[in-house]
Amino acid sequence: MKLTIERAALLKALGHVQSVVERRNTIPILSNVLLSASHRALTFSATDLDMEITDEVSARVEVPGQITAPAHTLYEIVRKLPDGAEVELSFDGDDPRLTVSAGRSRFNLPVLPAGDFPVMSSEGLSSHLLVDTGDLMRLIDKTRFAISTEETRYYLNGLYLHTVVENGETKLRAVATDGHRLALAEMPAPEGAAGSPGVIVPRKTVQEARRLLETAGETVELHLSPAKVRFNFGRAALTSKVIDGSFPDYARVIPRDNNRVLIVDNALFAAAVDRVATISAEKSRSVKMAVEPGRVILTVRNMEAGQAVEEVEVDYEGEGFEIGFNARYLLDVAGQIQENTAEFRFADPASPTLVLDPADAGVRYVLMPLRV
Amino acid sequence: MSALCRDCLHLGPPLTNRRCPHCSSPRLIAHEQLEKLTIAHMDCDAFYAAVEKRDRPELRDRPVIVGGGHRGVVTTCCYIARTFGVRSAMPMFKALALCPQAEVIFPDFSKYKTASAAIFAKLSKLTPLVQPLSLDEAWMDLTGAERLNGGCSALVLARLQNEIETEVGLTVSIGLAPNKFLAKIASDLDKPRGFAVIGQAEAESFLAPKPVGILPGVGPALVKTLEKAGLGTVGDLARAEPRDLVKIGGAYGLRLSQLAKGLDSRPVNPDQVRKSISAETTFAVDLSHVDALSDQLWPLCEKVARQMRAAAIAGRVATLKLKTSDFKLVTRRRTLAVPCQTARTLFAAARELLAAEARGQTYRLIGVGLSELVDATDAPNDLFGAEEAIARSKEKVIDGLRAKFGQGAVISGRALKMRPKSKS
Repeated sequence: MKLTIERAALLKALGHVQSVVERRNTIPILSNVLLSASHRALTFSATDLDMEITDEVSARVEVPGQITAPAHTLYEIVRKLPDGAEVELSFDGDDPRLTVSAGRSRFNLPVLPAGDFPVMSSEGLSSHLLVDTGDLMRLIDKTRFAISTEETRYYLNGLYLHTVVENGETKLRAVATDGHRLALAEMPAPEGAAGSPGVIVPRKTVQEARRLLETAGETVELHLSPAKVRFNFGRAALTSKVIDGSFPDYARVIPRDNNRVLIVDNALFAAAVDRVATISAEKSRSVKMAVEPGRVILTVRNMEAGQAVEEVEVDYEGEGFEIGFNARYLLDVAGQIQENTAEFRFADPASPTLVLDPADAGVRYVLMPLRV
Repeated sequence: MSALCRDCLHLGPPLTNRRCPHCSSPRLIAHEQLEKLTIAHMDCDAFYAAVEKRDRPELRDRPVIVGGGHRGVVTTCCYIARTFGVRSAMPMFKALALCPQAEVIFPDFSKYKTASAAIFAKLSKLTPLVQPLSLDEAWMDLTGAERLNGGCSALVLARLQNEIETEVGLTVSIGLAPNKFLAKIASDLDKPRGFAVIGQAEAESFLAPKPVGILPGVGPALVKTLEKAGLGTVGDLARAEPRDLVKIGGAYGLRLSQLAKGLDSRPVNPDQVRKSISAETTFAVDLSHVDALSDQLWPLCEKVARQMRAAAIAGRVATLKLKTSDFKLVTRRRTLAVPCQTARTLFAAARELLAAEARGQTYRLIGVGLSELVDATDAPNDLFGAEEAIARSKEKVIDGLRAKFGQGAVISGRALKMRPKSKS
């Protein structure tokens, strides 16, 4: 294998793939990136066995071939090369090392045979969806904060991507929950979505996909099977296993009949919650909301740290009540709302509360109250 | 060195004629550290059988086995039955083959609980540091309670032993030692009606010739591993490099090394947290159909759930246990959506696990349990916990009704056919 490639292109491609590679690996070849040179292009591939990222860059290939080399080392070397450098990668059977040369620098890196590199099959990815990049980013951004990190309910450790039919309209929907709050975002179903399987995309895959979306073109191809998901971002691609489990029936925890409607200035509310939460207990972060016509009184009482009270003006008519929430959950939701105002719909102090964004009918947030 | 008479509680220097100078009783205990040791282990002698004999004096000189039916196992057997070779946990048919004249009594746990409560009431008068191990076994830390109890721990314990015998009508054995591990070993030395003392000084030499299996946590599998490594006796373990033991037993290897030297730093902990709560039953005839097995499962779930609620705890993991007709053990576990303390949720999870196993195979036993316990008051409100929350409030109401009007006051339809038929 012998080829020349521009440093910036090489750095970008290595940057795309190397983040999948775990820093500490018990299986040596998983620390490596697979380099495949053919037809004036160099393909990169890295995997942690659950997820695989590939990217492709134009290169002047003199001798095609394949080899694997340490991903992080290669990335660090290329990062430190001067801007605009031409990098030559070469490997031949005589020297069992990959030679990286640029200008007066020369590196020899240990390799492992390309034949041993585990390649993830893309079999069974029968559903193909063509999604607008901005729309997919929105689905992820509006929901991923609610993905659970708790290992006992592993099936909540991802984003549930699926299609639903509501009022005769098919939608592509993303839902994340940790059992204490839930975030839902949907969009009109893109082409090919009808009948595609629902999948729970693991948190790490969601992160990587979001990162790759930044540099993707206008649309992204989404390939789905019950066991796998593949994102095609033009030249780069991400293939991942999905979480093997069934996502709970979330629809029944989204309140429909909550009729105590409260409208609040989102920025003022978030700032007030943030202020009173300064003294809340680390564990519960509990904030009490005393709702009255025209105002909400936020209270935090902490045995050690003292007490905080702040009044916020709101649009609310109806009888007063008290309800408690985790301050962080309130702030997370407030951070997602684009409109100047947020709409809360309460039932009672023990039942889930719905939060809506008047600017975006396609998102819904559900918060489980705390006992206060 | 001092000696204590277990009958008249006379405490003095040891005598050569080995009889109490006061009352001439031969029941003397003498030990270098007798007045210094404060950690004790109390163990009732053949507890269930002893309670039965106490209540039915005509059985006093007959072999008594407490256990479940012809297909069950021996729960406890009296010392007379033991002379025939009967042991606890032995299948009943085997026990009856060894001792056909034995009186077999079906266990009556309410009776044993009452007796146990009477004993534990006496223990907690001596010290707040009482750690129950079961209905009939406990550790006590009597450190610093000498003046309160009017005498050294040995004297207080001998008095306790006599009191339990005269007032509750049961005999217990006592082990007195510098730590929990040695105290438990000691209580077994002089059984029944025993009182044994192990001091730190002689602990290592006393333990050295014993097989490794006497150490807590060393089961048949670990015994095999240790023997393979040339470590057959406790002495071998004491001499072995702790580093090598870690290689064999992981972190537990270090503990084995300590135990083998007679060292144990665990405090007597009256609030010992339970790791799991379970219940099981052996059937009168083998069962294979999922419905028949489910009928057996429901009352067990109710029992476990009731205990969970009484202790204000909830469990994250449900476990189903089955034993096949040829005695193979099958266990299946499932993590629940939210910590559970209701029969309804537990039964739903266990039944699903059961459905996957009940495929023609016949079983003789079924059990169910909850583990990974959490404080129920800490369990946060959960979006997916609504059903569990509703079930919890329902079952709590049922608990209240049963407490007031008796166990039979409320019976679920599912349990109805499991009720013992009234005798005609």
